[in-house]
Amino acid sequence: MSHATSDHAHKPYQQHHFESMQQQTQSTLLGIWLFMAQEILFFGGLFAAYTIYRILHPAAWEAGAASQNLLLGTINTIVLIGSSLSIVLAVHAARHADKAKVLKFFSLTLFLGLVFFGIKYVEYSAKWDHHMIPGIRWDDHHALHTLQQHAHAGQHLEELPSGIQLYYSLYFVMTGMHALHMIIGFGLAFWIMAKTAKGCFNEEYYPHIEYFGIYWHFVDVVWIFLFPLLYLV
Amino acid sequence: MNDAAVSEDAPRINYLTNGFSVKSWLLSVDHKRIGILYLIAMTCFFALGAVAAGLFRLELATAEADVLANDTYNKLFTAHGIIMVFFFLIPAVPGVLGNFLVPIMIGAKDVAFPRLNLASWYIYMAGGLTTLGAIMLGGIDTGWTFYTPYSSVYADSNVIMAGTGVFITGFSSILTGLNFIVTIHKMRAPGMTWMRLPLFIWAQYATSIINVLGTPVLAITLLLVVFERGLGFGIFDPARGGDPVLYQHLFWFYSHPAVYIMILPGFGVVSEVIACFSRKRIYGYEFVAFSSLAIAGIGFFVWGHHMFVSSQSEYAALIFSALTFLVGIPTAIKIFNWTATLYKGSVVLSAPMLYTLGFIGLFLVGGMTGLFLATMATNVHLTDTYFVVAHFHYVMVGGMMMAWLAGLHFWWPKMFGKLYNEFWAKVGAAVIFFGFNFTFFPQFIAGNMGMPRRYHVYDLDYQPFQMLSTAGAFLMGTGLLICLITLVMSLITGKKCGRNPFHATGLEWNKADSPPDTHNFTEPVNVDVEAYDYTDERIYRDA
Ligand SMILES: [Cu+2]
Repeated sequence: MSHATSDHAHKPYQQHHFESMQQQTQSTLLGIWLFMAQEILFFGGLFAAYTIYRILHPAAWEAGAASQNLLLGTINTIVLIGSSLSIVLAVHAARHADKAKVLKFFSLTLFLGLVFFGIKYVEYSAKWDHHMIPGIRWDDHHALHTLQQHAHAGQHLEELPSGIQLYYSLYFVMTGMHALHMIIGFGLAFWIMAKTAKGCFNEEYYPHIEYFGIYWHFVDVVWIFLFPLLYLV
Repeated sequence: MNDAAVSEDAPRINYLTNGFSVKSWLLSVDHKRIGILYLIAMTCFFALGAVAAGLFRLELATAEADVLANDTYNKLFTAHGIIMVFFFLIPAVPGVLGNFLVPIMIGAKDVAFPRLNLASWYIYMAGGLTTLGAIMLGGIDTGWTFYTPYSSVYADSNVIMAGTGVFITGFSSILTGLNFIVTIHKMRAPGMTWMRLPLFIWAQYATSIINVLGTPVLAITLLLVVFERGLGFGIFDPARGGDPVLYQHLFWFYSHPAVYIMILPGFGVVSEVIACFSRKRIYGYEFVAFSSLAIAGIGFFVWGHHMFVSSQSEYAALIFSALTFLVGIPTAIKIFNWTATLYKGSVVLSAPMLYTLGFIGLFLVGGMTGLFLATMATNVHLTDTYFVVAHFHYVMVGGMMMAWLAGLHFWWPKMFGKLYNEFWAKVGAAVIFFGFNFTFFPQFIAGNMGMPRRYHVYDLDYQPFQMLSTAGAFLMGTGLLICLITLVMSLITGKKCGRNPFHATGLEWNKADSPPDTHNFTEPVNVDVEAYDYTDERIYRDA
């Protein structure tokens, strides 16, 4: 930003209100990180509610976590980590201007995302079948039965633990918000793939791909927190 | 260049004359045009909020119910609160003055993300119209705070739609805040160091941080209420083990800092106006700058003072009380520094200066009465009385609205290139000031006597105070009309002005035309002076 007037050659992808390409890149990167900061606070509200209710209703949390399908949750965690890895490879390919590879790895990410949703669907529909969706489809009798079946050895459930609906409400809100972020990610991915296919990027200009990587990693990290909090402990 | 020379010059295209079609405005990514879009929209929202207040003030003039049914009364004070807080107070200075001035003050061509900036306006409008729709289609009666379980279970009104509107608008604040932070970090002109920034920029910076970090918490909180009400999730439902107090914690985690979102930009305006009309550098520039950041920081940890009578633990309340006193320190630093700037300054009592002096007086009362409320023992006596109503109106209206009008008058010639009638502008300022005091001072007394807020039928003992209050409100309304007419008339009959009619320092006055060029500056910007250097004779050249 030292030369305000010189008619230095503008790269075609430099927007006119920036003085230099470096200024544009740094600005956009800072913007992305600030956006991530607000995302953390957005989920932070949910984690705060989770923490307080968990302390108030430990038995509900124990029974709730025990009722989750640990196998499916673990598979989904691996699937998401795989999708993040694939985005890293896409960014790497972008650095070498390898268009075909970028598209390939983006497709792989999307495919793994779809696998995640497939498994999530199985999990959600099990909750539906067992009448365990607060407010929408909930039945104390069914829910208690399911919880008793899955209870850890040593945990005796005579009746529904207090706050059990809070556990499931938060489960659906937290995983639902996470899923919403993935769906937004899908939209962004399609847009970036279209831009890639049109040849908008080269080895020194591929910010969208890089920033999508940051976003996707963030969504992945949210799940890395959700999984142990909702399934394991 | 004097006034005559300006009008004889071949008219150069400026941001206002750069296209006249509706499309050239609605799709403009020029930060100045977006600022004007905010100005128009916000003025409409403000007028609606004011009409709602006028109606229920009329009802409150007498102790019996004579104008409104109780249900309508509830909906009107809710509409007033929601519109004024979320669609006027929070976005006013950043949306209008911030958009217009931040890039120009730091010597940039535009904000860092111009298209995102336009998107922010559309998000603001989408949220505003959604909430307005909720109000028109039957209204909301929860009060602006959406407290559960009332909002989630018992209220029989359009809570979901109104909450969704506020939720949407929140993202406008977040994105504007993000845009400003990046702009201030990365777009400053050569020579514009942090310590040369106008204090208005420091204030916008601090505000933006709160916007980015606080607003998402409000967003998720409102979303939880919408889920609870719409889908039957039981997050805040005591019957299922949920805790309504958690709602209050989450709500005030945002909504206390939101007070600083509203007032910090006002502080920024006040610093600019006081420096200009005292012809002096702001006393203790660094202290004023960093006190903004201190307020933003500490402000995140005082929210519990809204909940002293909830079931919050008294140890937590003790800490919240102490921290609230702490936040008074950086605020007092500002007031002292402004006063010290006035001391031995060549004070000019122009219209913006009258608003600013009004701000200092009224905000001082608002701030000091805040200490009564931060003290736990007095708080128990005053909670949910008119004392609280008077307190936050002294801060929000006496403080923020006065600062907003000060800023609007101060930069009006820059925005439109026209001077307003100084006499009528001063009359407007005076009438608003007196009207305001008549409206809200009696409420301190009524509140201390024990009059609870939010009732439209009340004990006869309080009637004199309420009558005075209603009379004052209509006086204030008259003042606002005078102000509006004066400003609008200036667009039609106002004298054209040069670059720097007030002989102020700052890039917007000395490097940009009035109204500014589409790209803000017609010459390269290089900053070689400290902020508020009123000894620099160059600022007197270009009137
Ligand atoms: Cu507060």
